[in-house]
Amino acid sequence: MRKLFVPFLILTAAVCAYVPIVIAETPYETSMKLVSKIFYFHVPSWWAMFSGVGVCGVASAIYLFKGRPAADRWAVSGAELAVLFGLMGLVTGPLWGRKAWGVWWQWDARLTIALLLWLVFIAYLLVRKYGGTGSEKLAAAVGVFGTAVVPFVYESVNIWRTVHPTTSVVPTLPGGMPRPFWLSVTTFMLLFIVLLNVRVNLARREAVLDELYLAEED
Amino acid sequence: MIKGLLGVIASLLLTVPVFALQAQSGQTGFLPVDELPPGEQLPSAPLLVAAYAFVWVAVLFYVWLLWRRLNKVEGEMHTLQQRQAQRGNPR
Repeated sequence: MRKLFVPFLILTAAVCAYVPIVIAETPYETSMKLVSKIFYFHVPSWWAMFSGVGVCGVASAIYLFKGRPAADRWAVSGAELAVLFGLMGLVTGPLWGRKAWGVWWQWDARLTIALLLWLVFIAYLLVRKYGGTGSEKLAAAVGVFGTAVVPFVYESVNIWRTVHPTTSVVPTLPGGMPRPFWLSVTTFMLLFIVLLNVRVNLARREAVLDELYLAEED
Repeated sequence: MIKGLLGVIASLLLTVPVFALQAQSGQTGFLPVDELPPGEQLPSAPLLVAAYAFVWVAVLFYVWLLWRRLNKVEGEMHTLQQRQAQRGNPR
């Protein structure tokens, strides 16, 4: 895994440099024009957020039922990335919405549930930081709960009437939009994998440090 | 007198909602965004640049945070290992 990291990092950096050029050259979407290009990093940031939530949820469940410390490290790393990419989605969305809807924010189903999901993972990190001894288990339960919210976020636009575009937008992208979109999704996923790898490595080193402190106390 | 007053209030209560429901002149439809007068149009470029810049700033800030935390952990590990080695070889 460590051998693969450097080529993976170079690939990610290259794609990160290339994608803005592709997005810039993509023709405007007819109704939203220039501001429609926010779509190319708003939607992928939510995909990366959901991936972080998924990693946190699965690892939290493993930690809860099997008690493996490695799973806990993956869970906290996933949660941190969910907060990071979720913040990107929550900031870029209103920037698009200001132009499309005339307002920065609407308390409609999709936006509100997405904000709540992000807040659940903020709560996860706060429990980890200030919860004291044994907070890992409580945080793991929060992580599993947060993961259960994801289908509601995804389907909210199809269930309730909201101002947010529905999930049918991506499968029906017109003309030259699918290529830059999928390239952008790939870039965000590569970035997610690289950051997750570094964060898990940090958690591993922190665990080794804790063991060294314990050994010194003994 | 009271009957007359009640009649006026009742007729107002009945007619006001009817007037309120009627579309006022100039509000009969939506005006496409690109047909707005230039002074009322919201420029797209600053919104796009802000969104793009925010994504990069967030990623770079998080990478900086990770780098700082990794350095701190490595530094502490090095100090601890040195201390343990010194204890293992007392002169």
